[in-house]
Amino acid sequence: MPGKVKTIGDLIRGIKEKARPLRFMEVCGTHTMAIAKYGLRQLLPAEIELLSGPGCPVCVTSQSDIDLALELAGRPGVTLFTFGDMLRVPGASGSLETIRARGANVIICYSALECLQYAVNHPQEEIVFLGVGFETTAPTVAVAIEQALAHKVNNFSVLSFHKRVVPALQALVSGGNTAIDGFLLPGHVSSILGQEPYEFLAREYNKACVITGFTAEDILLGILMLLSQVENKSYRVEIQYKRGVNPEGNPQALAYLAKYFTPVETTWRGLGAIPESGLGLAEAYKDFDAFRRFSLQLGRKEIPTACSCGEILKGLKKPVECVLFAKQCTPLEPVGPCMVSSEGSCAASFYYGR
Amino acid sequence: MDQDCILMSHGAGGLKTYQLIKEIFHKHFANPILAQELDASLFPSAPGRWAMTTDSFVVKPLFFPGGDIGKLSVCGTVNDLAVSGAKPLYLTSSFIMEEGFPLIDLEKIVASMAHTAREAGIQIVAGDTKVVEKGSGDGIFITTTGLGLVPGEIDYSPQHMRPGDKVIISGPLGQHGLTIMAARGSLPVSTSLVSDCACLHELLNPLHSPEIRCMRDPTRGGLATTLNELALQSGLGFLLEEGAIPRDPAVEGLADLLGLDSLYLANEGKAVVIASPQAAPRVLAQLRNHPLGRQASLIGEVTGETPGQVLLQTDLGTKRVLRMPAGELLPRIC
Ligand code: SF4
Repeated sequence: MPGKVKTIGDLIRGIKEKARPLRFMEVCGTHTMAIAKYGLRQLLPAEIELLSGPGCPVCVTSQSDIDLALELAGRPGVTLFTFGDMLRVPGASGSLETIRARGANVIICYSALECLQYAVNHPQEEIVFLGVGFETTAPTVAVAIEQALAHKVNNFSVLSFHKRVVPALQALVSGGNTAIDGFLLPGHVSSILGQEPYEFLAREYNKACVITGFTAEDILLGILMLLSQVENKSYRVEIQYKRGVNPEGNPQALAYLAKYFTPVETTWRGLGAIPESGLGLAEAYKDFDAFRRFSLQLGRKEIPTACSCGEILKGLKKPVECVLFAKQCTPLEPVGPCMVSSEGSCAASFYYGR
Repeated sequence: MDQDCILMSHGAGGLKTYQLIKEIFHKHFANPILAQELDASLFPSAPGRWAMTTDSFVVKPLFFPGGDIGKLSVCGTVNDLAVSGAKPLYLTSSFIMEEGFPLIDLEKIVASMAHTAREAGIQIVAGDTKVVEKGSGDGIFITTTGLGLVPGEIDYSPQHMRPGDKVIISGPLGQHGLTIMAARGSLPVSTSLVSDCACLHELLNPLHSPEIRCMRDPTRGGLATTLNELALQSGLGFLLEEGAIPRDPAVEGLADLLGLDSLYLANEGKAVVIASPQAAPRVLAQLRNHPLGRQASLIGEVTGETPGQVLLQTDLGTKRVLRMPAGELLPRIC
């Protein structure tokens, strides 16, 4: 947008003028929550549909990965640290919350460094950090590994379920998904990645793309920018969230990612296995890799549920269209991961929608 | 005392227990009723209705900016009495301590309780101590029970709320909850936040009138949870105006960064008052006259239209439902 400051009223007027039947996907869980929190759907013309994408790291953690974590946490001498949102995510055989109640050592933390500190103070235990998140959280885990190495902490390891946003987007669009006309790209992840990794969306698939921030103005302006791209058929990656995102991203964080992690195939809840979409620990740091340290086998059997998270993450269904929504599936007793995380689209609809 | 931490023998009821009680608890809590040293403390009865409440405190860390578990254990109980319309008078305190707990910390906590109680004009009249083995407690747990007197005409209850009644909050929200999170050392940033932990009876007791329908202190779960409870109990709803809710910029900045909502964060020195439309201006003025209520604000009203629900009218004019939270508040990871 040309340098002028726009009021919310201007933005909404602008959006209404350009509105036509279009579907935009917000990729990031924080966007999903912000849209719900500000009630933005109430302000948008009915033709414009907002879909929630695979942007909540907790939601996309597969059932089999959870089962792996459960198995590990159940081993004697192991203490598993993780972010609170992971606690209620159901695997096939329960959740971290249920095994914690049965006596497993599962501790909630806010950062991997906190977990490392605990490892230093409890040398007789095996401390594992269960890492989830995208390119925004993974660098902080890399810092923890760097420090563990520097201080020779040898009872600390990482069970990395970290994921990469771009291969998931690739999988979404290359499946011939015509349901999406444009993307509100994630502000936080893009502050690390910059704009280049998304260019293929515009170039090869004619998707409008705007990297957006998290205020109501940010999101509305992002939508207006998407509409302009569609109107002019000039598809590209624009940055609305200039105060948070450099076109080149964050070189320091990227260097950490490149040094400590390596892309691996991983399974996303609802989306299946996607090549190079996970972040495994790099060979040089295999001593800190919980998979190797505990000889964990990937690829546990998944038990089907009636959960529609897959379709929801692909933008094919809305939460209220799931037969379990708000009935068998609520934030207290979630069936699927989208209801578990405070950033999940089902939770957002549960709390703010309806 | 010659040891520097709690030993199992401090809980055995012998000489060591006696010494601990004398040298730490009685020293700080000294008052004539406690000095009777009876199995049950005797105190004079008074006209009016008694109000009684009890609460356990398990906060971590034990010391945080703006307070500690001792101060909290007095304020929390005093506030439960105050929002019931009672003048707080007597307090009992029960301590469960873990073997190995440093005596120096215990004494700091006890001194802080004594100081807070003295300032609040409430007497600690009975107590108990137990020691548990190392590993089976978490440092120290405190349970306090409070007794207060309610004047005859006062009867605060959600059942008395009527559509059109006004919702008033005594100040900005979330300071305690976020301070505790930060004090755990687990946030990615350092802050200068201070808990709002305070005794509210001097702020609230002067408000008393039948025009006040009910009061609550929005502790765990914050304002949103408290109003949801009131909505369920009364069968009425609330409509709040986002722009009228007083904000602490430091709290909002950090909460925003973490993906938290201050309306759900815990408070330990705030009250929400539901008053008749006629009484609301007076209540607001009275609150603002007291240092603890300087930023009091009228934030919305009771409605009959959305039974059991709390709605927030956002600054954009949209409405959203403020639901009961499903579990712990957690910072975002995305
Ligand atoms: S409502 Fe529950 S079961 Fe349905 S898609 Fe969402 S998380 Fe899955």
